Amino acid sequence: MSVATTAVTPPSAHEPERGHAGARIVNALATVDHKRIGLRFIVTAFAFALAGGVLSGLVRHQLAAPQSTFLGPDAYDQIFSMHGTTMMFLFAVPVMQGMALYLVPLMVGTRNIAFPRMAAYAYWMYLAGGIFVYAGLLLNIGPDVGWFSYVPLAGPQYGVGKRSDFWAQLITFTEVSSLLIAISVITTAFKLRAPGMSLDRIPLFVWAMLVTSFMIVFAMPAVMLASTELLLDRLVGTHFFNPSEGGDPLLWQHLFWFFGHPEVYLIFMPALGMMSPIIATFSRRPVVGYPAMVLSLIATAFLSFALWVHHMFATAIPELGKTFFTAASMMIAIPSAVQIFCWIATLWTGRVRLTTPLLFVLGFFVILTLGGMTGIMVASVPLDLQVHDTYFVVAHLHYVLIGGAVFPLLGAVYFWFPKITGRLLSERLGRWHFALLFVGINVTFFPMHQLGLDGMPRRIYTYAAETGWGPLNFVASVGDMITDVAMLLFAVNVVRSLWRGAVAGPNPWDAATLEWAVASPPPSPNFDEPPIVGGREPLWDAGGIAGRVRGLAHEPPEALVTTVVDALPDHRYALPQPTLWPLVSALATTALFVGSVFTPWAVVWGAVPVGAAMTRWFWPRRWEYRQRIAVERSP
Amino acid sequence: MSALLPAGPQAAHVAALWDVMLVVTGIVFVAIVAATIVAVARARRGAADAPSDAAGATAGEQRSHRIIWAAVLASTVLLAGLVVASAVTDRALASLPTDGALRITLTAHQWWWEATYEDGGVHDRFTTANELHIPVGRPVLFTLAASDVIHSLWVPELSGKKDLIPGRVAPHAWRADRAGTYRGVCAEFCGYQHAHMALLVIAEAPDAYAAWAERQRQPAAEPADDAAKRGRDVFLTSTCAMCHAVDGTTAQAQRAPNLTHVASRRTIAAGTLANSPANRAAWIADPQAIKPGANMPPHALRPEDARALFAYVDTLQ
Repeated sequence: MSVATTAVTPPSAHEPERGHAGARIVNALATVDHKRIGLRFIVTAFAFALAGGVLSGLVRHQLAAPQSTFLGPDAYDQIFSMHGTTMMFLFAVPVMQGMALYLVPLMVGTRNIAFPRMAAYAYWMYLAGGIFVYAGLLLNIGPDVGWFSYVPLAGPQYGVGKRSDFWAQLITFTEVSSLLIAISVITTAFKLRAPGMSLDRIPLFVWAMLVTSFMIVFAMPAVMLASTELLLDRLVGTHFFNPSEGGDPLLWQHLFWFFGHPEVYLIFMPALGMMSPIIATFSRRPVVGYPAMVLSLIATAFLSFALWVHHMFATAIPELGKTFFTAASMMIAIPSAVQIFCWIATLWTGRVRLTTPLLFVLGFFVILTLGGMTGIMVASVPLDLQVHDTYFVVAHLHYVLIGGAVFPLLGAVYFWFPKITGRLLSERLGRWHFALLFVGINVTFFPMHQLGLDGMPRRIYTYAAETGWGPLNFVASVGDMITDVAMLLFAVNVVRSLWRGAVAGPNPWDAATLEWAVASPPPSPNFDEPPIVGGREPLWDAGGIAGRVRGLAHEPPEALVTTVVDALPDHRYALPQPTLWPLVSALATTALFVGSVFTPWAVVWGAVPVGAAMTRWFWPRRWEYRQRIAVERSP
Repeated sequence: MSALLPAGPQAAHVAALWDVMLVVTGIVFVAIVAATIVAVARARRGAADAPSDAAGATAGEQRSHRIIWAAVLASTVLLAGLVVASAVTDRALASLPTDGALRITLTAHQWWWEATYEDGGVHDRFTTANELHIPVGRPVLFTLAASDVIHSLWVPELSGKKDLIPGRVAPHAWRADRAGTYRGVCAEFCGYQHAHMALLVIAEAPDAYAAWAERQRQPAAEPADDAAKRGRDVFLTSTCAMCHAVDGTTAQAQRAPNLTHVASRRTIAAGTLANSPANRAAWIADPQAIKPGANMPPHALRPEDARALFAYVDTLQ
């Protein structure tokens, strides 16, 4: 390093291990390191997934036999609503954003995420929202009208109590969090890339997260608007959704699904991004058709905003319009097909090493493809009218989300676990995990196609024996237990490997992207001297790392800002320092959000502490200026 | 119940489309999975320490690209074909002839169905609940409405779904070509008793239907014996009359199913129980034990009043 460090001592948190317990806790709460925040997102999301999984186990127990009295309708409605809400809002989106927070800065070769304090704030909001809604469930105020909460059932007249308010406010919490992370990811991918990483050299995972983040920016406001309107209807007596006062229940459906369909793709696209590096690494070659892969991601993002009405085919909207949405829904299969074909070509022409991450990716090819095929069916208006809102759709959406997101995600966990922890997961347990999960998922969900065609509507808490739905439901419940065993093996594997896993070293898989160029787990900040990129596969190409960026200060750490298209060095940027204010601001915001479930005045008075905390957060600090000036040197 | 055993043209069109879709998507699915398996099986095994192929791999790339383009083109053609097949089916569904159709206004409530038959003149109208009788071979034209939350009408053997949305009316048409009893359900989650909101559709020969409709138009028969007479008084002076109607009496409330001919129906409580005197008695005594959350309260009647009421309800044939 050619830059002199200074005598000004900042409240450093780069080495949080240092210091006594109190200081360690403060450091942990104040951290702005993208790796710690990202890992918190991932671990918290898996904890919520466990809770959501327990809820689905209760559902399957209830439905295993006809006329079961294990759960009554009141409990069942809360449980299935919380299962869907958890998996969509507290697991699938946050876990993908957590992976992005962790990996994107490493992959683009920079020292931290852009706006790391905002990312910290986003994590605390997400955690608070999750705790808030689960506290509601435990207090018997759990949401009970499904994860898409249709009005008027969720409205003031029929959704009595505070259950729907808890649901609507959870949406506000999680969407605030998602939007902020999306902005961080977009800025990181556009402005903090290592010099030389021009647009055509961005790793495919980063592309996927970049496109996903743009989708979040455009999709989430629709649902925030909808959930706010719902709260207003319930709290202050507006009539957005009340037909007798000129409102319209269909407005909710349009707003919700304008978000809700892109939501499916913004769970699916990060997973597509995880597929590519895993396939490339274990085929020992770059993914075939990089431009086609990138353009497919972008095409999927655009098309995903043109499908929302296919959730509303049974409503009385004009038939001609529905046909357009049929065509759009089927056409979105094309960019997905392009990517699948490119991956098959990569495997075909590569030298395959059949490791656990690759097994999970191969599971995608079976399960997601099957879900895609039923997706083509439900895209068709006439066919959808028969299977809509039945167990056929339950099967379809679980095939898509589990095959399309969970399998790649688990593959990604096996793949990046050594990077994050420094130790490899057990391959033997991993193979068992994969095999049992693959069997369990198919045994659980495949029979549901038949149940749907046999007339079983979704969201019923019980059914009569004469319907004949008993045997297949029993099979599905057995499949759920197999899935539980598989996930238990996964948990054992993770815990065991944390202590006893083989030490990984920086690049155990001989992968190509920049995160594998640093130690495992990566130091903080990530790169002593950030790389200069000379190829699309920096660790494989000769001259892939063309040099090192010198001259960035360590204390306080600086990042290099580069240009959007060519990633030419532009200017240095002092990274924000650790601070407790994001946490304080999040607590104040939480008080406002929770209070406004009960009284509109919470918005007024709750804004005062939020404003105060954020003012303090953004207030310029004299010592920070001194630090920055101190590292300046005349050329 | 099965959407794939159609009893009328609407469901039959969809079942035909299902066959097309199943074959096409089935072939594509098998092809993709087979290609993946072959790709992994035939790929050269790479030793863990083998160097990666970043530069060398581009050799066969042109061929890969051609094959990928061909596969994408084939997918596009197949998908376009399926869009056309879907649109053709849509057209067929929309062109069901509805001349001389039987008109029914069907209103969904939490958690039961109210059907008003609009066939013939004003004086021929009648209202029933949870059980439709329709003539085989004659189209039925529904006006769908909802009184509270969103519901969805689905009788798999006859037709796809149509939502019933408060504040909107939706037309819906079907025809039964095969006599039989078809169980319909509410398909849109509508609260606690969404699971117990069935609609029995009985498709029968036109003359059987005409006889049924004629019976439905009659007011309730005057009770013959003393017990039933007393039961009618109990009905009219207790909470029953606050929600239910029995034509021919002063009970004319519209909040709950019309009971004029309740004893002639096959099920009670929207398909929840078989319609037997014992089940009727159990339901009247404590509906919440059978259908928790339903809008009918339990009734603490004196035993002799209860017996009389049951006797009266039994006469509502």
